[in-house]
Amino acid sequence: MTILDIAVPAASPSFLQILWLILVAVLWIGFFFLEGFDFGVGMLVPFLGKTDQDRRLVINTIGPHWDGNEVWLLTAGGAMFAAFPGWYATLFSGLYLPLFLVLLGLIVRGIAIEYRSKREDATWRNAWDWALAVGSFLPALVFGVGFANFLKGLPVGPHTTVFGNTVTLYTGTFWGLFMPFCLIGGLLFVALFLTHGAFFVSLKTTGPIHDRASTVGGNLALVTGVLAIALVIWGNIAYKLPGQVGWLMVAAWITGILAIVSVGFAWFMNSRGRDGWAFVGTAVATVTLIVMFFCHFYPSLGFDNSRNTGISLDLTTASSSSLTLTIMSWVALFLVPVVLAYTAWSYFFVFRRRLSTKNIPALDVTTAS
Amino acid sequence: MTDTMARWQFAITTVYHYFFVPLTIGLSVLVAVLQTAWAKTGNDAYLRLTKFFGRLFLINFAMGVVTGIVQEFQFGMNWSEYSRFVGDIFGAPLALEALIAFFLESTFLGMWIFGWDRLSKGVHLATIWLAAAGTFISSIFIIAANAWMQNPVGAIYDAEQGRAELSDFLALLTNPIFLTQWPHTIAAAFVTAGAFMAAVACYMLAKKAKEGAPKDDLAAYRKATKFGAWVLIVAGVCTVITGDLMGKQLVTTQPTKMAAAENIQENFPEGQAPFQVLPGVNLFPGLLNWLYGTDTIQSLPDLDKQFQSEGFQQFDRAAGQPIAGNALQQQFADQLDKIKADVDPLPDTTVSFWMFRLMIGVGMLAVLGGIYFLIAIRKDHIPSAGAWMTCLAVVMPLLPLLANSFGWIFTEMGRQPWIVNGVLPTLQGLSPSVGVGPVWFSMIVYTLVYAVLAVIEVRLLLKYIKIGLAPKVDVSIKDEAEPLSFAY
Repeated sequence: MTILDIAVPAASPSFLQILWLILVAVLWIGFFFLEGFDFGVGMLVPFLGKTDQDRRLVINTIGPHWDGNEVWLLTAGGAMFAAFPGWYATLFSGLYLPLFLVLLGLIVRGIAIEYRSKREDATWRNAWDWALAVGSFLPALVFGVGFANFLKGLPVGPHTTVFGNTVTLYTGTFWGLFMPFCLIGGLLFVALFLTHGAFFVSLKTTGPIHDRASTVGGNLALVTGVLAIALVIWGNIAYKLPGQVGWLMVAAWITGILAIVSVGFAWFMNSRGRDGWAFVGTAVATVTLIVMFFCHFYPSLGFDNSRNTGISLDLTTASSSSLTLTIMSWVALFLVPVVLAYTAWSYFFVFRRRLSTKNIPALDVTTAS
Repeated sequence: MTDTMARWQFAITTVYHYFFVPLTIGLSVLVAVLQTAWAKTGNDAYLRLTKFFGRLFLINFAMGVVTGIVQEFQFGMNWSEYSRFVGDIFGAPLALEALIAFFLESTFLGMWIFGWDRLSKGVHLATIWLAAAGTFISSIFIIAANAWMQNPVGAIYDAEQGRAELSDFLALLTNPIFLTQWPHTIAAAFVTAGAFMAAVACYMLAKKAKEGAPKDDLAAYRKATKFGAWVLIVAGVCTVITGDLMGKQLVTTQPTKMAAAENIQENFPEGQAPFQVLPGVNLFPGLLNWLYGTDTIQSLPDLDKQFQSEGFQQFDRAAGQPIAGNALQQQFADQLDKIKADVDPLPDTTVSFWMFRLMIGVGMLAVLGGIYFLIAIRKDHIPSAGAWMTCLAVVMPLLPLLANSFGWIFTEMGRQPWIVNGVLPTLQGLSPSVGVGPVWFSMIVYTLVYAVLAVIEVRLLLKYIKIGLAPKVDVSIKDEAEPLSFAY
C-alpha cells in the first residue's frame, strides 16, 4: 500500500482517485491494444490486397471485432468524464480540432468497413478501401501526437466564470501541438499499429496474404523500433512534470525499454515464422508504451500547470466526488470481468480459426447478409 | 455567436444521430422475435425475414454507431463548462452506458453477423437477444442522463468546487421524468420499427405479387406486414399513454416548457384553461386542465415575473402553489442571482408550440397508417402495386422518424434557457477556450459528411429492399475451407 503514502505537493490523492487513474489507463491500454491492430489492418488494406478477394480477406480478419474494439475508446472517454470531469472538460475542449479529426476518421472508417462490400462496383470498393486506410491513419496519428503532448505537459491557465469560480483551460494553440517530439509520437503510433496490424493479419490468415503481411510487418517492426527508441529516450530524459514520483519515473524507463525490446522480440519471432509470438510482441509493446505514458501522468494528468496562477489541475482537483467514484468502482468490479470474458470468448472460441481467400464468398452482394 | 453555432452543431448531430437510434432499438427486437419464431416453428419464412430485415437493420446500425461517437465527445469539446459542472452526476450514466450496453451490443452483434455458420442455433439466437438487450440498456442510461438535465434530482451544489455533485444515485433512476420519458421513448422506437417493417413488407408484397413471385414469398411478406403493423399500433397507443403521463409530470417540473407548448399567454380562471388549436384560437375551456390534471396552469408572463422576483420555481399542482425547487436548484439560487437579470426564463414559444403539435400529429398519422396496412392485407387481399403504394412505402417510415425529431426538438428547446433545468443557463455551459472558427469549421464538415452518408445509406437501403428475400438460406455449420456465410 505504499502507493497511498506517497506525498505530493498539493493535496494527497485518495485511494479512489488513484484507482480510477489506473482504470482509465487500463481502458486506454485496452483500446490501443485492440483497436491498434484494427487501425493497422485498416491502413494496410489497400497495400496488402492486390485483388478484391485479398482485400476482403484482410478486412474480414477484424470483421466481427472492430466495433467492439472501438467501444474501449467510448468507455475510456466516458470514464474520464465520470471520474475526472475536470480532465475531460479541459482536455476535450482544448484539443478541439485534433479530436474532430479523430471523430472524422472514425466515422469514415466505420462506414467504409460496413458498406464497401455492399456494391459490386470496383470504383466504389476501391474508394471505400482508401477511406478505410485514411480513416484508420488519422486517429492513430492524432492519438500519438496527443499522448506525446501529454507527456510534455499541455499548458493550462485559469479562467473565471460568471459565477466567480476559477476553472482551468488549455492555453496553447493547435499548431503548438506539432513539436518535433510530438511528431515522433504520432509516427510511432502509426508505425506500431501498422506492425501490430500486419502481425494480426499474418496470425489470422493463411496463403499469400499471410506471407505478404509477415514480410511487411517485419520491415515495419524495424521502423517502429527506431521510433520507439527515440521517443522513450527523449521523453524520459527531457520532460518532467511537477509532482512526479521517483519510482514511477523508474517504472517509465523500465516499461519504455520493455516496449523497445518487445518490438525487437516481435521482429525476431516473425522472422522465425512464429506468428502468434510476433503478435504477442507488438501487443506487449503497445501495452508497455501506454503504461510508460501513464507513469508520467501521475499526478499531473498530463497538464503543465507551471504558468497556471489558479488552482492546479491534477489528479486531486480534476476528480469526481468519492460517492460517484465509489459507485462506479463497484459497477466496474462486477462488470469489467464479464465484458472481458465475453470478449475473450468471441476471439478465442467463436472466431478462432485462420481465414484464407477460400473463405471469402463469391462476388455476389445478395449473399452478404 | 459561439453559443449559437455550438447549439446548432448539437442539434444537427443529435437529430441526425437519432434518425438511426429508434430504428436500431426497435428493429433489433423485431428481428430477434422473427428469429425466435423460426427457431420455434422451423418455418423457413421466418428465417428469410430475419435475414432480410437483419440486413437492413445492420445498414442502419452502422450509421448509428459512427454518429454516436460524436455525441460523447461533443460534451467535452463544445460544452466544457457544462461537463465540468455536471460531470460528477452526468458522466456516470455515459460511462456505464459504454461499459454495460455498448460492449454487449457490439460484441454480440458481431457474433450474430458472423456466427450463422459457427454457432449452434440456440446460442446464435441468444446473441441477437443480447445485442437487443444492449440497445435497451443503452437507452436507459442515456434517457436517465437527459431526464436529469430536465429535472436535476439526487444532486447538491458544492460551493467550494463550484459544481453539482451526486447525493443519491437511485434518485437518478427513479426521477419522475425518467420514469415517463423512457417508456415514451421506447414506445416511439417501436412505432418507428413497426412502421418501417410494415411499409417495406407491404410494398414488397404488392410488388412481388404483381411480378408473380412464388406463394411462399408472398406469405412471408404478408406475415411481416401484419407483424409490423400490429407493433406500430400497439406501440402507438403506448406512446400516447406515456406521453400523457409525461405531460402531467412536466407541469410540475418544467412549468415554462408546458406553458410554451400550450402557448399560455394569460391567466385563466381556475379550471377554465382552454385548448388552442392554432396560437390564440381557444377551444373547450377546461380541456387543458383536464389534460394536465391540474386546475391552475401558470401563464408565461406570470412565470417570467415570478422568476425575476423569486428565482426558478417548480409548481405544485395539487396545492396550486409554486413550491421550492429541488436541492440543487435551491442551493444554486444564490449563484444564479448573480446573472439572473440577463436570463430570459422562457423558451421559444413558437418552436415549442409547433414542435409539440407536430410530434403528436405526425405520430398519430403513423398509427393510422398502421391501421391502413392491416386493412390493405385483410384476409388474403393483396394490395395493388403502384404510385400510391410506393408513396406510402416512402412516407410511412419517415413519419415516426419526424415525430421523434419533433419530440426531441420540443424537449430540448422547451428546456431553454437552461442546460440543467433551473440551475445552469445553456450559455454558461459553453467551452470558453473554443473560438467560433473551429465550431464553424467542424459543423460545415459534419454537415457535408453526414449529407453524403445519408444519400449513400438511403441508396443502400433501397437497393437491399428491392433485392428482397433471399431465395434459400443456408445456415448449417461449415467446415474451415468453405466460404463464410457472411463477409464484408
